[in-house]
Amino acid sequence: MTAGPILSTRGLTRDFGAFRAVDSVTLDFGRGRMTGLIGPNGAGKTTLFNMIAGELPPTAGQVLLDGQDVTGLRPDALFARGLARTFQIPRPFRRMTVLENVMLVPSAQTGETVLGALFRRRSMAAEQRRMRDKAMDILEFMTLDRLADQPAGKVSGGQMKLLELARALMGDPTIILLDEPAAGVNPSLTRILVERIEELNRRGTSFVIIEHDMDFVMRHCDPVIALAEGRVVFQGTGEEARSNPVLLDAYLGSPA
Amino acid sequence: MIGMISYLAFFSTMAAIFAIAVLGLNLHWGYTGLFNGGVVAFFGAGAYGTMILGGRADATVLGGFGLPFLVALAGGVVLAGMLAWIVGLLTVRLRHDYLAISTFGVAIAFESLTRNAEWLTGGARGLRGFPRPFEAAVGNNFVYGLLFLAFVLLVLVLVYIGLERLVRSPFGRALRAIREDETAARSLGKNPTRLRLTSFVIGSMIMGVAGGLYVSFYAFVSPQDLAPILTFQIWAMLIVGGAGNNRGAILGAFLIWAAWTASGFLLARHAPVAMQIYTGSIQYILIGSVIVGMLLWRPQGLLPERLETSAGPDRTRPAGTNTTATTNKGVT
Repeated sequence: MTAGPILSTRGLTRDFGAFRAVDSVTLDFGRGRMTGLIGPNGAGKTTLFNMIAGELPPTAGQVLLDGQDVTGLRPDALFARGLARTFQIPRPFRRMTVLENVMLVPSAQTGETVLGALFRRRSMAAEQRRMRDKAMDILEFMTLDRLADQPAGKVSGGQMKLLELARALMGDPTIILLDEPAAGVNPSLTRILVERIEELNRRGTSFVIIEHDMDFVMRHCDPVIALAEGRVVFQGTGEEARSNPVLLDAYLGSPA
Repeated sequence: MIGMISYLAFFSTMAAIFAIAVLGLNLHWGYTGLFNGGVVAFFGAGAYGTMILGGRADATVLGGFGLPFLVALAGGVVLAGMLAWIVGLLTVRLRHDYLAISTFGVAIAFESLTRNAEWLTGGARGLRGFPRPFEAAVGNNFVYGLLFLAFVLLVLVLVYIGLERLVRSPFGRALRAIREDETAARSLGKNPTRLRLTSFVIGSMIMGVAGGLYVSFYAFVSPQDLAPILTFQIWAMLIVGGAGNNRGAILGAFLIWAAWTASGFLLARHAPVAMQIYTGSIQYILIGSVIVGMLLWRPQGLLPERLETSAGPDRTRPAGTNTTATTNKGVT
């Protein structure tokens, strides 16, 4: 296991026309940490996520995953290297069951090629049974096992958020980017979600969490990083964040 | 009596050939969400490929190599696959209606090619003469018709079984994930480009099989056979039968072909003479109305897609509860 940050950005920048959404962001995300990413709407948090996850090519700068330059890799390649992300608005595969949503994930399945699906039926079936067990374990962990055979488009919005995380877990990621995991989720599901995230974090998974709920961030995240107008305006502990004038400024709108 | 059976065999042969093409379209649209508006191009590639390779020698065109039937058919299928591969690479960034428009254009271009490349396709007069497999051995036309039907049905069953295996495998699951949400699938490690291209090529090759069977049945092909109406007929069959359900695709092919044949017959029989010259146009209107009506009142088709539950395909859930595009966007 290498030391050093699990994920870094170097001068990461993204322009949309004349608008600079993310402006030369250089950050290190600690291995095994739960980093909170806060900032007002339009601060560039999701844009930063999209660049890190390969969804959006940066205008300039680099992304380093585990010390390796992964700038410009596509999301599927990054996922294979252990970086998973969830979406602010859940994106379930609606006309597939909850279980299928999770079983889809492992890469290079025997039955995922045409020839494998047609001619390697025995090893495919055995592999699928093993995957089903693993997927059911994950669904149980996320309290979704009862819904395994339901179409994913029919479960509640909060359950969709749990499913997002369940799918990510099926890929055994080392770092997970969560985009507003608790937004719009009822309190009891939020509690489950937070407990599970903390449990995973204890077991060694690193997290980067975008969240508007300051209470949530202060309580669970360390360190906390704040963005405003595309720049990093604060890095520190939750306690420091709470009493930082710059941060309050950023949320109230900076005069700059 | 023999006339009736003979006609039924003819009808069933045509319906089964269309059913094969509908199965190909179902892989595209039903399972992968690829809006192929140019079915007839791939059907035509299979048809012309088979005819050129297996047809009788003809001094006026390059083709007519007289290759054995199955070799010619395989060649036609490969040609359809190659066309799909090229079209697929060119349109890989296109989605939805943009893909539909460009594939529709490909079909028009293909039809235009067959009309003008006289040295290869015989131009507007088409290619005629195909040594039908085993015809000499059977001799009797009536028995031969039944035999050919049996062969077409065998191909239909093989295609059906192969596709069922594919769509119920992890490959099919990945295709459906692409259909549902490409961005999410990519973020979970899937490669949508490769999956879409694979699905596009395989589905088109199946359409090529249908085209190859079609010309070996008629022993004739011309640009007339590649009119856009065929694309719409095949779409109507899939929509009526049920996209995302291979049995539905086959059912739809037989139903729509029956309706098409019957409407032509009834118009010719009972419509006022003045209207009879418009029979074709009236049939176009009918098929358009069927598509619109189904999309309005039963968009999931007669046999809707079934969920792949952990106990195997769900056979107990009442139709319609698990298939239509859900509108559950509520976030609790």
